[in-house]
Amino acid sequence: MADGVKIKGTRDGLLVSLGAGDLPLLLADLRAQLNRSPGFFQGGKVALAVGSRPMTRADLQQICDVLGELGITIWAVISQSPMTRAAARELGLASASPPEEAPSDLEAGQEPAVIVRRTLRSGQSVRYPGHVVVIGDVNPGAEIVAGGDIIVWGKLRGTVHAGAMGDDSAVVCALQLQPMQLRISGNIARSPESNRTKQKARPEVARVRGAEIVAEPWEP
Amino acid sequence: MPGKVITITSGKGGVGKTTVTANLGMALAQHGQRVAVVDADIGLRNLDVVMGLENRIVYDLVDVVEGVCRLRQALIRDRRVNELYLLPAAQTRDKTAVSPADMIQVCEQLRREFDYALIDSPAGIEQGFQNAVAGADEVIIVTTPEVSAVRDADRIIGLIEAQEKGPGSLIINRLKPDMVRRGDMLSTEDVVEILAIKLLGIIPEDEAIVISTNRGTPIVLDGRSPAAQALDNIARRIMGEDIPMYQPAREEGFFSRLARMVRGGD
Ligand SMILES: Nc1ncnc2c1ncn2[C@@H]1O[C@H](COP(=O)(O)OP(=O)(O)OP(=O)(O)O)[C@@H](O)[C@H]1O
Ligand SMILES: [Mg+2]
Repeated sequence: MADGVKIKGTRDGLLVSLGAGDLPLLLADLRAQLNRSPGFFQGGKVALAVGSRPMTRADLQQICDVLGELGITIWAVISQSPMTRAAARELGLASASPPEEAPSDLEAGQEPAVIVRRTLRSGQSVRYPGHVVVIGDVNPGAEIVAGGDIIVWGKLRGTVHAGAMGDDSAVVCALQLQPMQLRISGNIARSPESNRTKQKARPEVARVRGAEIVAEPWEP
Repeated sequence: MPGKVITITSGKGGVGKTTVTANLGMALAQHGQRVAVVDADIGLRNLDVVMGLENRIVYDLVDVVEGVCRLRQALIRDRRVNELYLLPAAQTRDKTAVSPADMIQVCEQLRREFDYALIDSPAGIEQGFQNAVAGADEVIIVTTPEVSAVRDADRIIGLIEAQEKGPGSLIINRLKPDMVRRGDMLSTEDVVEILAIKLLGIIPEDEAIVISTNRGTPIVLDGRSPAAQALDNIARRIMGEDIPMYQPAREEGFFSRLARMVRGGD
């Protein structure tokens, strides 16, 4: 299915694009892709790009329903077709024609990275299909979900999920690795109580070995 | 020179915002500043009660915003000091009666008339908070040294940063030095390490605050208690004085503790 459903990360968030093909097949493909890493998409907001395909309100509603199964909402529909844009407006969705030049978007498999140059505070979160680099701290109550690795040049005390789309080889490193909860792919590690007390700060890297997450000194 | 509008806020409720607003207002006025304190906690007003001015309210913030009266008419003068005024909140309205744009306008007027306007914010991250910070030049975040309060303070700091109101400065309230010493309470260092913003002052737990709150007499009027002195120090730091930070909770040896007892507290 060369041209089916693609899910990409862009600077403005996740973009779901539908290629050519029958809608029922595309819907099945979309559902399959989402269910490969439900935790990553859960509760998210996406933009939907449907090219020049003319779509009715009922067609769009079907897509909304599939996304809705994972609590995902569409915040905008991008299409060249006036009919599709009108249908989107009827459903109360923002609609737009695509920008002239293609956005510099990044595909999930291509390992791009986003750099966050500030401390992530409680209640703030970063979700990105590629790697996430934070220059600052990740405070308790903050959250990072990344398709790839997570690197924190600071104290990591929040909740992080690396390899969230199923990549067991992803790693998490931090100058001070004291996460509230750390996940890599489907594996979970919680901060042992003793870790909460202050210890000598040293950089560590967490990775999956066997079926366990282990933290080792970070010695490049 | 236009005055400064400072909003006093917190994430968690009940950490001492109203107490701090009333006392800093009083202390700044005692140091000769022209001060207005504004109760932005609409529907749950209590700055007037803590200041003992409840029985003199005629108009309130919502009346000013709706043009029922002029700002001057709504300001209640506190006769215990020279230039301290209270702009009370409406008791019977809810926070949707005021918008951030209204607050920006009120703050603009206050800046013209006063050296300092202190705004007592409601707890939380909703419209009441948005109103309270809309017109602020600076924000003070109050927290107690408890994990949940610090977590919520962190959240508020994130929101303030996102609105480009600076990271703000921090007051740690209700610190219990002996509990910190036993390791049963977060220390000042622990709190500052997480929040990573400027520390403006530390107020110890002090029974005298409860008594003064109930009497409607801000504690700085009585002067000598540890909390009164800590609040006065904060007011002087706001005025730009360089007052060293007293760290009641630092792990210290017998001799330094003895030395401090000889020198006197904060
Ligand atoms: N340092 C202190 N020592 C002892 N009691 C204190 C101290 N600071 C505040 N209190 C008490 O804590 C209670 C709550 O204080 P206050 O009303 O100032 O908090 P608040 O943050 O304004 O609450 P709200 O979020 O409900 O507006 C009051 O009873 C007050 O007397
Ligand atoms: Mg209050």
